[in-house]
Amino acid sequence: MRTSRSELFLGRLLLAVAIILTLLPLISMLSAALQPADRNPTGLVWPTDPQWGNFITAFEVGNVWRLMQSSAFIVLGVVPASLLIATLAGYALGALAPKGGRAILIFFVAGLTIPFEALIIPLYYQSQAMGTLNTQWAVIFPLLGLFMPFSVFWMRAHFINVPRELSEASRVDGASIWQEFRQIQLPLAVPALSALAILLFLWTWNQFLLPVVLIANPLDRTVAGALTFFQGQYSLSIPLLNAGALLIITPAIIVFLIFQRQFVRALLQGAVKG
Amino acid sequence: MQEATTGPVRDTGQGEPAATGSAPTGPVVAIPKQRKRRSVGRAGYSAWLMLLPALAVYIGFVIFPMLMGLQYSFYDWNGVGVSTFIGLANYVEVLTNPVLLGSILNAITLILFFTLIPIATGLMLASLIRSMRQGPASSAAQTILFLPQIVPLAAAGIAWSWMYAQTGTVNQFLNAIGLGGITRSWLADYDTALPAVGLIGSWVLTGLCTVLLLTGIGKIDSSLYEAVRLDGAGWWREFFTVTLPGLRQEIAVLATLTIIAALSSFDIIYTSTQGGPGRATLVPGISIFRIGFTQSDVGLASAFGMVLMVLVLLVVLPIQRLSKVND
Repeated sequence: MRTSRSELFLGRLLLAVAIILTLLPLISMLSAALQPADRNPTGLVWPTDPQWGNFITAFEVGNVWRLMQSSAFIVLGVVPASLLIATLAGYALGALAPKGGRAILIFFVAGLTIPFEALIIPLYYQSQAMGTLNTQWAVIFPLLGLFMPFSVFWMRAHFINVPRELSEASRVDGASIWQEFRQIQLPLAVPALSALAILLFLWTWNQFLLPVVLIANPLDRTVAGALTFFQGQYSLSIPLLNAGALLIITPAIIVFLIFQRQFVRALLQGAVKG
Repeated sequence: MQEATTGPVRDTGQGEPAATGSAPTGPVVAIPKQRKRRSVGRAGYSAWLMLLPALAVYIGFVIFPMLMGLQYSFYDWNGVGVSTFIGLANYVEVLTNPVLLGSILNAITLILFFTLIPIATGLMLASLIRSMRQGPASSAAQTILFLPQIVPLAAAGIAWSWMYAQTGTVNQFLNAIGLGGITRSWLADYDTALPAVGLIGSWVLTGLCTVLLLTGIGKIDSSLYEAVRLDGAGWWREFFTVTLPGLRQEIAVLATLTIIAALSSFDIIYTSTQGGPGRATLVPGISIFRIGFTQSDVGLASAFGMVLMVLVLLVVLPIQRLSKVND
């Protein structure tokens, strides 16, 4: 089949432009972060004397270490529990298909369209009533619920595709449903689970609205939620603000680069499934 | 209503950026009928036991707050004192107050930047690079295009506010190509703030659209392409007769995702403009936040939340329907 040379060239050219435009804001951040902290930086330049020390200053002044710990605590509160709960529910809906399961599934799927903004006011008063306001739990509990529609949907999609002969065979061998679940289904679900784990990590780590509203002390938020605190601290120093923001996005980028394949696949499948 | 003590404590004055870009919102999907498996006796019982924790957190932290929000929306309440039932007055206020309507209108305008531009660019890129050989270069390209999906939206807001600043990269570029005359502080200008904020959304979402559409194109039967080429079709006809129809499903998914992102944008706007200058970039998320926590009008903010939820459904459901009709 014929693909004209000019078409191929045009395609490559456009792709190159798209890649440059994608990287530009990040490079521009780096360029600003390396300029002297006490001056207003100028555009995109490689500074003659790059101030790598800005990163150390931002790390210390911005309490980045403490923020990372707080974020890690929230991630650990959200991700493992979400995986466990969603796997159970996904298995129940996908493999066991109880009477009324379809209605339950639709009930969950309806939750996919609810914008977090629409719930933020009641969530505030709920966490106040529960006494979790201004602690990390104020973010952890709602995120468990808010991510559940997607997680259940995702795990159900996995379990519904497991050949039912497998479970029939184990049933013949006399395994109970729970034995079958633990010993046969769970090991098979590892790829689906790890993809979901990566997505949930990213969504929790980058969560902004909930921590900003529900946790008054910026140091107890997720790193993304603490960016406003950085903005306030560094409103006079654009280089330090950019250095701080770069420090904050680095862990997510590292995780992304390590799990790239699963990541892109998960996001694409998530988009299609979700 | 329950007694409330303090309003939310805000961190000391900084920008309020906006939106939960990474919220796992997604298209409502078709749920195929499923063969009945074992649904009786112990299996049914175990199944419900396994569903229980998921239902508990979902009902407890999504459905229950939603119902509470619905209840608040009928009251005049400042979050602390006595609440008064005022019926639909809050809804009337949301739908008639020009400031609030303006923020809805801004969100609808953002659909142009969050949905149309990324999908159009994605279609163009994907159909032009369809024939590119798979290899390290193409997977590196995909990795880079995906980066904006990984960066927190709040950080994207910060990165771009710096790009748009008076001494930032955008103006530097314009000066370099002789357009120094139009340079300005893009986010501070009433006329350019909304498009400028919208382009941040384009930046975030174009890579996702391109990569998903590329995957979709890969699934189109290549004999279809050969057939139209044999027919003597040019690039445009090939695009409209093969590529576009073949990607209908992907486009519906992306439209749903990105429209929800536009209507519920918060993070980017909170960190870049906080809704300003004036109300030029005010969107529902920012309005709800301000009305509820700064002005302490909990009822009105809750009503706005309900309206936002309905708005999202009104836009998303027809797309789901449309995408299914021809299947």
